Amino acid sequence: MADAFDVIVIGAGPGGYVAAIRAAQLGMSVACIDKRDAPGGTCLNIGCIPSKALLQSSEHFAAAQHELAAHGVKIAGVTLDLKAMLARKDKVVADNTRGVEFLFRKNKVEYVKGAARLAGRDRVAITLNAGGKRELNAKKAIVLATGSDSAGLPGIAVDEQRIVTSTGALALAAVPAHLVVIGGGYIGLEMGSVWRRLGAEVTVVEFLDRVTPGMDGELSAALQRSLERQGLKFRLGTKVVEAKASKDGVALALEPAKGGARENLKADVVLVAVGRVPYTADLGLKEAGVALDDKGRIKVDKRFATNVPGIYAIGDAIAGAMLAHKASEEGVVLVETLAGGRPPLDYDAIPAVIYTWPEVASVGRTEEQLKQAGTPYKTGKFPFTANPRARANGFTEGFVKILADAKTDRVLGVHIIGPDAGTMIGEAALAMEFAASAEDIARTVHAHPTLEEAVKEAALAVDGHAIHI
Amino acid sequence: MATDIIVPPLGESVTEATVARWLKQPGDSVAVDDPLVELETDKVTLEVNAPAAGTLAEVLVPKDGNVAVGGVLGRITEGNGKAKPTAKTESKATPAAPSPKTAPPKPPAAAPAAPAAPASDLAKRSGPAVRRLVDENKVEPAGIPPSGRDGRLTKGDVLAALEKGAAASAPSAVQSAIPAVAREAGPREERVHMTRLRRRIAERLKEAQNTAAMLTTFNEADMSAVMALRERYRESFEKKHGVRLGFMSFFVKACIVALKEIPAANGEIDGDDIVYKNHYDIGVAVGTEQGLVVPVVRDADRLDFADIEKQVGDLGRRARDGKLKLEELSGGTFTITNGGVYGSLMSTPILNPPQSAILGMHKIQQRPVVVGGQIAARPMMYLALSYDHRLVDGREAVTFLVRVKECIEDPERLLFGV
Repeated sequence: MADAFDVIVIGAGPGGYVAAIRAAQLGMSVACIDKRDAPGGTCLNIGCIPSKALLQSSEHFAAAQHELAAHGVKIAGVTLDLKAMLARKDKVVADNTRGVEFLFRKNKVEYVKGAARLAGRDRVAITLNAGGKRELNAKKAIVLATGSDSAGLPGIAVDEQRIVTSTGALALAAVPAHLVVIGGGYIGLEMGSVWRRLGAEVTVVEFLDRVTPGMDGELSAALQRSLERQGLKFRLGTKVVEAKASKDGVALALEPAKGGARENLKADVVLVAVGRVPYTADLGLKEAGVALDDKGRIKVDKRFATNVPGIYAIGDAIAGAMLAHKASEEGVVLVETLAGGRPPLDYDAIPAVIYTWPEVASVGRTEEQLKQAGTPYKTGKFPFTANPRARANGFTEGFVKILADAKTDRVLGVHIIGPDAGTMIGEAALAMEFAASAEDIARTVHAHPTLEEAVKEAALAVDGHAIHI
Repeated sequence: MATDIIVPPLGESVTEATVARWLKQPGDSVAVDDPLVELETDKVTLEVNAPAAGTLAEVLVPKDGNVAVGGVLGRITEGNGKAKPTAKTESKATPAAPSPKTAPPKPPAAAPAAPAAPASDLAKRSGPAVRRLVDENKVEPAGIPPSGRDGRLTKGDVLAALEKGAAASAPSAVQSAIPAVAREAGPREERVHMTRLRRRIAERLKEAQNTAAMLTTFNEADMSAVMALRERYRESFEKKHGVRLGFMSFFVKACIVALKEIPAANGEIDGDDIVYKNHYDIGVAVGTEQGLVVPVVRDADRLDFADIEKQVGDLGRRARDGKLKLEELSGGTFTITNGGVYGSLMSTPILNPPQSAILGMHKIQQRPVVVGGQIAARPMMYLALSYDHRLVDGREAVTFLVRVKECIEDPERLLFGV
């Protein structure tokens, strides 16, 4: 086996494996190293994919209990087989990671299971999972795609049994009677939704006074209302100062974020979902002289080059939204740049989705951001209650909101809360990638009856011409 | 294999250019020598042609980007672009796309007219909102600077152009344009970035005024003899040489006679030296849409009338099409400008530095003059010679102009150089 490669990618998550495959497609020799026993990183193993599997399963369970009867489908005695549900999730993950291994073989990417460490500007030392060591030489580039890890909270020790991160929350052996979720971001809300649907009482404790900070405020509010209707409880503007696990549960101490009287809360399981931090430990970054920024992220320029020539970084390990598809696209842009150049990534057109029910999806600027920047804009909104397909499906919660430049009509942001929002946002991302105007979306024929018609109607509404409202 | 598209040498003292527009978009097929991109320099707009056949793979310097000589503008890869309609089939379907020659003159704010992608193709690629606006307002999409991906127009581009009025070519646009924009009487003023050419013209003219001790002497010429001569030889000249016998050749010839007699008018000041030139490269000012350019007829003293007419005609045509090469614009030793074509009766031309003199021709007008004690109507032209008094004395300037007058009034002198 050759020990010199054009490109060495550290990390086989959605950033790393996509970069590796694209580099191989471009004719480079590539090695991709990951210390997990299966490729795919957080996303495939303990993130996006298993959580979606459980969200889908728990959605079916909830639908069988509460929704099918309205469609004239009667089922008596719906019961949960959690073991089967979790096994199915594990199989989905295994199938997906095997798929990545197949893609590595197909593209002749050398996949190395082990912990990598920089041993110079163009050398990587690996402690192999199977035992032994190996050193690889990079002829062109080393790509750091090491991703991120769950952030902790001071005073709260994660044991992945009683006090868990998202990893543990994907594999609880039983449905907890009371699940307390610390953090009202997308991970907390998705996992909270899963266990709520499976029967847990769920309380979300959030330090800020709103859920999903950073998301368009109108969507956050609508999402919170919707989740409350599903039985989730919210304690906003509240901080967790202590969580102590014992045999029969976790004792939490809460305080108002602004300070005030302490109160106690009991939980069976606590999920710590307060964000993620870049993974930069044990990589030899310091020795190699790779600079980090003040938030511990690897510093890169627009072309993903670190301060050390020949070393690049992408994905969660650098600044920007911690999203799998952002990492993947950065990987593609990076290796295409190495192969001869391409324009930098347009970060304004990267969608973000929360896979709750209803789903929440966004691309571009929020109304708050536009206000802050003083950009004059027009708003077009259309509710799913006026969409025939949504009515036929029986899910009419939510709306589509399009923000367009007041002068040029260019789409600046699209925010959707509703059924299948994550799928519908693709149209908006494409429009933004091409600097389309709201009128462009409005004049594009949408099939009837589809949920996407709501996007067209919202675009029409930007100029006050929505047909169906 | 990729071939780089390189910024060609731009002529003496020009090292930088601005990308005015890309005529091909990434993914387009190109043949060798197809015009790819228009560069704007201080002096001219020039086209860079495809160094190889294939597909325009990459545009590295977008519109309005600055490039240096030798810089890489983009890349061509081998193989054909995907699904590119040929210009021919497209133009059949689009009678709306006018050729550059028949296009209505555009205001200076519009991008230089150039054969671009067929209009309907650009509109089609640019999405439904642009198509509606272009159709409703009867605007030529190719004339609007695009900001979208791969040269596409955005709705904002068209709205901005409509607001400026730059793209509106018919008065009906006012009624049918977007209400918010067009119902207003129009902005009270309009701010447009100077093109490089305009900036350069401004600099050069002011430089001339600031540097030279400039003044103008006048005379007038009776054009009867030249006109009679033209009348007499018009047909045979045209038949033989394939070009019309105009006035310009007479004036170029007359000026060369005068320049030979007054070398200072053909010289320049360089530091503490005076450089007298023994070659006669006569610049002929041409007004174009983009501004004034002065292409040069080289070694005009060695050319005959027909050669001069041919060259002047060819340079003028290419100046108006924006197709002049840089070397055709530099190095003149004396300039002739004809304000007469626009109807000017008398004017004081500004020197074209570092030259020391410039002849202004004007409109020919029937005027009463005294000939042999009688008042007679004669076709008269005022002549003006602006000159740099630092180098050219008043006596010399006046003598120069008198000599030109004599040669024009008595063209036989041109035969003998007296």
